[in-house]
Amino acid sequence: MRVGDKDMGNDMNEFLEPFQRLLEQLFTPEAIRAVEQGGPVDPLWQDISSSGFLDALVPEQQGGAGLTLADVQPLWQALGYHASPLPVGETMIARALLAAAGAAIPDGPIALATGARGRAVPYALIVQHVLMELDGQLILESATYDDIGVPGSLAAVRLQPIGAQAGYGSAEVIGTADQGALHHLSATLRASLIAGAGQRLTEMTAAYANERVQFGKPIGRQQALQQNMAVMAEDMVASRMAAELACAGAMPPTLAAAATAKSITSRAAARIAATAHAVHGAIGISEQYDLQLFTRRLHEWRLADGSESYWNRLLGQQRLKSSSGSVDYVRKSLPF
Amino acid sequence: MFDNLSLAQVPAEDEALRPAIRALAEQAATAASADIRSRSWSGFSREFSQLLGSRGFVGLTLPKQYGGAEKGAFARFVVVEELLAVGAPVAAHWIADRQSAPLILHYGTEAQREYFLPRICRGELVFCIGMSEPGSGSDLASVRSRAERTDKGWRLNGQKIWTTNGAHGDYMIALLRTSGTVDDRQKGLSQLIVDLKAPGVTVRPITDLTGDAHFAEIFFDDVELPEDALIGEEGQGWQQVTAELAFERSGSERIYSSVVLLDAWIKHLQMVGRDDSATLALVGDFTARLGVLRAMSLACTARLARGESPVVEASLVKDLGTSFEQELPVAIGDNLASYPEEAIGAELYQTLLYVTHIAPSFSLRGGTREILRGIIARGMGLR
Repeated sequence: MRVGDKDMGNDMNEFLEPFQRLLEQLFTPEAIRAVEQGGPVDPLWQDISSSGFLDALVPEQQGGAGLTLADVQPLWQALGYHASPLPVGETMIARALLAAAGAAIPDGPIALATGARGRAVPYALIVQHVLMELDGQLILESATYDDIGVPGSLAAVRLQPIGAQAGYGSAEVIGTADQGALHHLSATLRASLIAGAGQRLTEMTAAYANERVQFGKPIGRQQALQQNMAVMAEDMVASRMAAELACAGAMPPTLAAAATAKSITSRAAARIAATAHAVHGAIGISEQYDLQLFTRRLHEWRLADGSESYWNRLLGQQRLKSSSGSVDYVRKSLPF
Repeated sequence: MFDNLSLAQVPAEDEALRPAIRALAEQAATAASADIRSRSWSGFSREFSQLLGSRGFVGLTLPKQYGGAEKGAFARFVVVEELLAVGAPVAAHWIADRQSAPLILHYGTEAQREYFLPRICRGELVFCIGMSEPGSGSDLASVRSRAERTDKGWRLNGQKIWTTNGAHGDYMIALLRTSGTVDDRQKGLSQLIVDLKAPGVTVRPITDLTGDAHFAEIFFDDVELPEDALIGEEGQGWQQVTAELAFERSGSERIYSSVVLLDAWIKHLQMVGRDDSATLALVGDFTARLGVLRAMSLACTARLARGESPVVEASLVKDLGTSFEQELPVAIGDNLASYPEEAIGAELYQTLLYVTHIAPSFSLRGGTREILRGIIARGMGLR
């Protein structure tokens, strides 16, 4: 059943459950590793594409599902929970922005670039198109990006200028960009991915702590470990709340909403990854154990689209311009 | 895991209370300096609590027949948020409004409800919680103070300590042993309402490191209490206390205790026009965390509004919230002292030092950090 079908109704659970089932079926640890090791992307992508979810944010009159950000947020989180090896969320955003600009939408996965040239772009290694905002314009690049040289990473950079070599690639101006929209959306997506992966890691770590026996009892009975795991749960829940909060209001999210989400989740990402590894011990470091599929992503997602300090600076700047008290400021600048 | 904590919005009808309570809160706040306002919910004024009571802002969630407004948990959230945001003095009705009144409503006899609840709603009665004893801190089930049945009611002996409001309280709801011994732990505990003016009650205020005396030690020496001093069921004290904790731990007082300092610091930055990148990042970090903590506190409020008792989730919000409250004075102190060439007023310095010195109490009162994290770990399925 396609997302766009009328009979799916508008109840989020009706979308989330089939989406989760799809991801569980497609993004097995073997499939994720195959993509990371340079295997073919197309068969997986065809399954995602034919599900119709890629047009979740495209308005109904343009053939999409016309979902809101709040509707889509759980889907993004599910992508993080399943360590997505494909830019599914990114492509949802790109297709919505392209549709809004009245532009033709290319087939295939699309990555989103929000930093300077030469900075890592998540998933750019396996896409033919990268969407970016440059000098107030929305630009769709068709180019081959260069492997960034980190094992397992799907991020890539473009070092060559477009057109510098024959057949290197092209850049198409799509239209005037809604300033910051792409960056705010990308950061908000990244926050949701972190929240999802953080949830998965918390579950994996709690399960492992109950199984692993040392000193004659499960290590989860050690108070020292329990205290650290409680902090992990706090970071996980705060990340989820922050990501939900940023998606609860306008499309695209405001600076305050995007900054809050990416700041909180980026700060939590490194800590969640650290505790997951600390509890798992040496096995968690090994390639063959699945923990690394999630912790590597947490770190890369933290660095993508601006870390906590980047967004904190922007949010701090905006906050200092306001004469409101802090409680009023957050109440008025966030959707809830 | 913890899926039942999700975003919740304050309903419009409760949001509508904001202008009226804001006017009262600001009126109280403008009269006080920031270091006084930074006492937050330790700031004590019977006059202000009675003023709030007369305007219908105390006991909001209680039924109208007892003087309440029959509003929900979100209405209380709005009122409490407005009061704490500016540091209005709320201690004189705080505990009664937050947990004693709901406890009396839930477990009390009709006579107890009719006597206490209207007075609480008028802001007239100062309640305190008699839990800690010299030998019972985090290990609350080890309380030794006893109430024994007599022909006329109860005879009380023992001692409570670190009792907030003890020095000017009217009543204490005390957790006492009514049968068995200390070895029986949670069994044999009951809650009794103790009139602090009864013969045999001795109250000794304890001065804290800031010079305030907001808590006290209280001695019971053959205190005779009537039959109806018992609240709820005999022997059910532990269960009743546990139910109270969800009210005690999830509220916005666990995220806003340092907010007066935060705002005083931001005003200073705006005044001197300082916007170095480390400062901007710090302001942004605090702002982001405050926004998300508020959303989490609202999510707990939604569960209270549904009549649930989110004990684990409340522990999670309290631990995260008090960590934030405690980091504020440390980071703000560093930020201000990293610019020694900048003049800062005595008021900001006093506020900073007050919050710095009292901040350790944020993760002691209402359950220590270590106890809360143990509750969270059990909620995660760790045993």
